Amino acid sequence: MNLDHSILSLIVFTPLAGALLLALLPDRGRTQQWAALAVTLVTFGLTLHLPYYFAGTDISTTFGSPLGFRFVTDVPWIAQPAIRYHLGVDGLSMWLLVLSGFLAPLGVLASWNAIGSRRKLFYTLFLLQQVAMLGVFVSLDLFLYYAFWELSLVPMAILIATFGRTDNRRRAAIKFFLYAFIPSALLLVGMLWLYTATGTFQLPTLSALAATHSIPGTSHALWLCSLAFLVAFAVKVPVFPLHGWLIDAIAEGPTAAIMVLAGKLGLYSILRFSFAIFPDQMHYAAPVMIALGAIGIVYGACMALIQNDLKRLAGFSTLGHLSFCVLGIFTFTVNGVDGGMYQILNHGISGGALFLLMGFLYERYGTYDMRDLGGLSGKLPWMVTLFVITALSNVGLPMLNSFVGEFLILSGSAQTVWSHHAMLWTTLATSGVIFSAAYLLTMIQRVFYADLGNISAERRGWDLTAREHIALWPFVALFLFMGVASPYFTKTLDLLGAPYAGHTSTLQSGEGQNATMDGHTNHMQPAAESVLKVNDVAFASADTRLLRSKTLSSANSQGAAR
Amino acid sequence: MFDPPNVLALLPEYILTLVGVAVMMLEPVLPAGRSRKPLGWLAILGAIAACAASFYQVSLIRAIGGPLFAFSNTVQVDRFSIFFQILVTAVAVITLLSSLDFFEGDATNAGEYYALVCFAAVGMLLMSVSPELLVIFVGLEISSISTYIMAGFRKTSAAGGESSIKYFLLGSFATAFFLYGIALTFGATGSTNLRMVAPALAGTSAPLLAILAIAMIIIGIGFKVSAAPFHVWTPDVYQGAPPPVVGFMSTAPKAAAFAVLLRILFGGYPLFESKWSVLLWGIAALSMTIGNLGALLQRDVKRMLAYSSIAHAGYLLVAFTALPQDGIPAAAFYTAAYAAMNVGAFVVITLVSGNRERMRTGEDFTGLAIQHPVLAAAFSFFLLSMIGIPFTGGFFGKFYVFTGAIHAGHIWLAVVGLLNSGIACFYYLRLIARMYSAPTGYSAAPAIDFDPAGSTNPLLDPVAAAALAPDARIIRPTAAYLALAFCVIATLLLGILPGRVLRLVQFPAFTQEDRTIAAEPRMECCPSPHRTALAQLVSGLKR
Repeated sequence: MNLDHSILSLIVFTPLAGALLLALLPDRGRTQQWAALAVTLVTFGLTLHLPYYFAGTDISTTFGSPLGFRFVTDVPWIAQPAIRYHLGVDGLSMWLLVLSGFLAPLGVLASWNAIGSRRKLFYTLFLLQQVAMLGVFVSLDLFLYYAFWELSLVPMAILIATFGRTDNRRRAAIKFFLYAFIPSALLLVGMLWLYTATGTFQLPTLSALAATHSIPGTSHALWLCSLAFLVAFAVKVPVFPLHGWLIDAIAEGPTAAIMVLAGKLGLYSILRFSFAIFPDQMHYAAPVMIALGAIGIVYGACMALIQNDLKRLAGFSTLGHLSFCVLGIFTFTVNGVDGGMYQILNHGISGGALFLLMGFLYERYGTYDMRDLGGLSGKLPWMVTLFVITALSNVGLPMLNSFVGEFLILSGSAQTVWSHHAMLWTTLATSGVIFSAAYLLTMIQRVFYADLGNISAERRGWDLTAREHIALWPFVALFLFMGVASPYFTKTLDLLGAPYAGHTSTLQSGEGQNATMDGHTNHMQPAAESVLKVNDVAFASADTRLLRSKTLSSANSQGAAR
Repeated sequence: MFDPPNVLALLPEYILTLVGVAVMMLEPVLPAGRSRKPLGWLAILGAIAACAASFYQVSLIRAIGGPLFAFSNTVQVDRFSIFFQILVTAVAVITLLSSLDFFEGDATNAGEYYALVCFAAVGMLLMSVSPELLVIFVGLEISSISTYIMAGFRKTSAAGGESSIKYFLLGSFATAFFLYGIALTFGATGSTNLRMVAPALAGTSAPLLAILAIAMIIIGIGFKVSAAPFHVWTPDVYQGAPPPVVGFMSTAPKAAAFAVLLRILFGGYPLFESKWSVLLWGIAALSMTIGNLGALLQRDVKRMLAYSSIAHAGYLLVAFTALPQDGIPAAAFYTAAYAAMNVGAFVVITLVSGNRERMRTGEDFTGLAIQHPVLAAAFSFFLLSMIGIPFTGGFFGKFYVFTGAIHAGHIWLAVVGLLNSGIACFYYLRLIARMYSAPTGYSAAPAIDFDPAGSTNPLLDPVAAAALAPDARIIRPTAAYLALAFCVIATLLLGILPGRVLRLVQFPAFTQEDRTIAAEPRMECCPSPHRTALAQLVSGLKR
């Protein structure tokens, strides 16, 4: 057994070992910080093993399943019910692992001084949270996945309850937990029903069954089951009307925790489980989800416009960005799904950087209220530079990362065949881009360029320290890299995006394994054809739509390959 | 009388009885001022020996290749009974360990308490080992009378007296129901031995009598396990009784009562399953809902845990609606998981609140994590297990139970149950959040100005103890911490290696009969060389 088969276990359990280590180390001086930093850096290093060897490792497919996984570990855990310790990654989960690994040390750097007391508790919980997240991304056994999924709630809830900013923290923590836990209970019912129907928890097997429509059960039961899955995941994302927990949790939570809080887990789960196990049901749910996504974009942006509190602004901005991802993946087009996945990564980075900067600002001035801040540009030149870059990345400036994702998503939503009002929702979503520029630039203006506020006038403040520079510049580098070298990422994401868009031959014929940098452009051609094919079948009369999709996707392939 | 099977079959019971009597005899001999700890250790050794005897019985029944019968078939030692015997004796050991320091320095005669624990355990062992309804009844009485006294063991406290009387009155009411059920069973079938009852039921001329009998028995046991609507006594009794006693009586007697119910329903009345499973469906749904809604409203932590135990009884009863091959192992597993986490939670309460119970309400627990990080972490772990967070015993308990229910087609019961666990997590989490949030006025410096008289247990905090009573000896409750560690490990192991843990108790003995029952086609997707011990439990009843 070489490293390829144990690397995922190593990645998941290194933070766990680290958490135990931290619990034993004394809470004195900076011991905890350094230890946590070391553990997270080691974990990050291990995650980098994956993209480096990704193309070279064997792909493990199950007959009939559209999904293929690498770095697979598969041993029995519990004999009855048949639960296996089954880990594996594909393009999406690999990049999410790398992203989680990347954010963790930066989260530690962000908390270096911000967490003044009870550091042991903080860093131990932080590492446990990471264990749960990494576990979610690698589990291919539904049961194992559910275990990590539930586990991820606990450290986060305690982090918010203990280290929250105001007295509202306990309420925010319980709200977060309940919102996530109650739908998860239904998810468990769905999972158990699925298990009694099929006798397996293995995702590859289930997806193979789903691909041939051979999951036993009435369509009614399958619908309920798929809804149990979808609702549990949608709350976690959160999708527009289910976002009640998000704003409070973000407003209360400590910076390092909220950097990893939203988006990834829920969206990943939809892509991995809902789409793979219930493809038909998800196609029928698509119009609703597309609409909710588009509404969420505009709603989030409008709400962000009227906030005075930076954290709440960032919360609504998060909602807007995640709605973009929801919109993208539910279009079931190659562009949309790829863009949605890419945008998950982008959000993790751009949103993370924004939270980090806000946290740094808070360390200096002790407030998130924009009315008390203002005129900081003269005092903190480096800070304002980085703030502007991050805001532009969030807005989606061409050359920076979010542009690629948003462009792909919007072009995907324009060509989708699953919604009758595709152009309406696309137009609405596009307007969200303008709104997001409006609130982010207004924020910069109010915080940095207006007259000196109460607090910013009387407190001295200081510009970025070396530690903060170290925490922030990797983000900036990634903004640029992901903005100009997107095919490097999308070529692996595409292995998942193409089958979900109804284009199945990529993986089965094996050509996806040897995709190169310029392979991305090649993928676009068959992808557009597949859209045509689906159009032929589903809406034979929609000729105009057909033409439009063709032009848009070729336009996009040029844009993405830039 | 004293031929080998008779001696060996009841070996754990004999050991515990003798030890209990010995403790009783030694108690008056010891001078009044002396510490009663040696008696406690004697009782602990006895309980451990009883546990070891149960393990010995495993190899015994493996050697003879089937259940061991004794006393004209009124005692039947099989895997099923041994599982519950080990569970009960383990709970007794933990209870005794956590009580050692609790009763120290109190004016009451702690020796009697240790003896009572032993006797109560004997009663429960008898309950789980016998297929004869009258022997079960005798065991029930022995265990009940002992626990009635234990509930009121703090004689100076009015709440203790109230608790004891309430428990006694309602408990005897329940045993009367149970006895009536036995009488009706005899009327319907002409026997009180479950091995005879089952075949006799097929040809009974009075099916109505049999249905009444089973209803009475369910009511009687329902009282004992505090299932709604027979739960009213639970909160008051738990609130007034000393915490280690509550830990004991909320788990061990329930485990024994569930063992009895499993044996009676699946072993004695399988023919009437359609009748009683409807009844249990309702009781389970009602218990879960009432328990969780009731717990939401409680301020007192012990009352909250009382309602939570009602809810857990409900979850457990869900297992009875499943098919026997799913339900019996699921119920057995759940009792074990519940015992580990609930006894553990009460060990923590014992440790933090002390004999005088300084910490009662949820508010009193605010900031516990700052003063006693280890206790708070352990308590949170048990509470998380009660919520059903993965990698704890409670999770797999719920998992097996609801898998069983869904397998039998009771999807809506599973939905009710899991939504209930959603409600439940609110009050558990509220307590956890309290423990981890700093009390008002707390600053980053270690809590010096934290009011010692208000919420600190002198047992644990030497400084506060010295301030309160300068002449009091500082007690280090090592034994209780040992008990706590045991509970944590048990809960964790049940959550990580549920199959292995049960196999540890079971030993993989593959008999002909086991294999036929284990071949459960739909649940076994990947045929594995190991058979889970869960399915083996079934064999105990089938024989």
